[in-house]
Amino acid sequence: MKLTDAQIERYSRQLILPNIGGKGQEKILNAKVLVIGAGGLGSPASLYLASAGVGKIGIVDSDKVEVNNLQRQIVHSTSTVGKPKVDSAKERLNAINPEIEIVPFNLRLTSANIMDIIKDYDIVVDGSDNFPTRFLVNDACVLAKKPLSHGGIFRFDGQAITILPGESACYRCLFPEPPPPGLVPSCQEAGILGVVAGIIGTIQANEVLKYILKTGDLLTGRLLVFNALDSSFRQVKVPKDPNCPVCGKNPTVTELIDYEQFCQVKPRSAAGGSDG
Amino acid sequence: MSDAVPNEVLNLENIACPNNFVRTKLKLEEMETGQTLEVILDDGEPIRNVPRAVKEEGHEILKAEKIDNKWKILIKKI
Repeated sequence: MKLTDAQIERYSRQLILPNIGGKGQEKILNAKVLVIGAGGLGSPASLYLASAGVGKIGIVDSDKVEVNNLQRQIVHSTSTVGKPKVDSAKERLNAINPEIEIVPFNLRLTSANIMDIIKDYDIVVDGSDNFPTRFLVNDACVLAKKPLSHGGIFRFDGQAITILPGESACYRCLFPEPPPPGLVPSCQEAGILGVVAGIIGTIQANEVLKYILKTGDLLTGRLLVFNALDSSFRQVKVPKDPNCPVCGKNPTVTELIDYEQFCQVKPRSAAGGSDG
Repeated sequence: MSDAVPNEVLNLENIACPNNFVRTKLKLEEMETGQTLEVILDDGEPIRNVPRAVKEEGHEILKAEKIDNKWKILIKKI
């Protein structure tokens, strides 16, 4: 594969980098990345991946763009309010980079469809906003041995970790089970600063690019924790848990689980309690 | 240093920085270690920047000669 003049022009500022060059750019152009959620994390992640030239980007989301998304979900626009998020994202990403393939999945991931969707991709970016999806994605990636970049955001805090199944700690090594319904307020209730999503989603894009390029050190075995109020980054070591329910020695999770969508079934009174 | 015919030649007249370096770098990537590349560069920024960047990537500049207001440099791929 030889880069065209147009590609040399488009990617010149990263072709210059010692770790990329023409061979690295070819790896990026041939890469296939699945982004789960076209929201606060998926927006910056997909924007940077598309800009860098990732050849195929799948995007999964079942929602439509709402005005209240635009404060942080920067892949969407006022003009795409009401459209499916995956179509809005595709429009914007292809406007930046028309030569890459964007594959929209306008659906909610379940135990029945996730394996079939992730199988075509090299690495998965989890930008989901709820625990059932987060655990489903982790378990599916572990079972399919698919690399995964996890990102999570909450108010002024964010976290990220990269998971190489079998090699490094997975999400369940950190959190063995989802919290009970109602214990943790969702983003919708707790609020989120847009830049926190931007920073964490961008870190996820960086992890994906390093994975594709086989360069640098991935954020494996360590959780990166960001706080926007004191502008601090901390790293917490996360060893692989031998008793992890899904990637441990004697796993109890051997098939995918559809946890209850408890954000939506939570009684209104509870939602209004501490965070309303 | 030899006056032998270079393995490859790249004319980068009127190609601005940093694209002249990008093209030099991509050409060098395709070549074998030890081969030589002759590059024609404009005077000014290009001749100040490209040889330096090529050296930073670990290659060797064998020769740089000024011909009228152009430069001809010979690079050895390391």
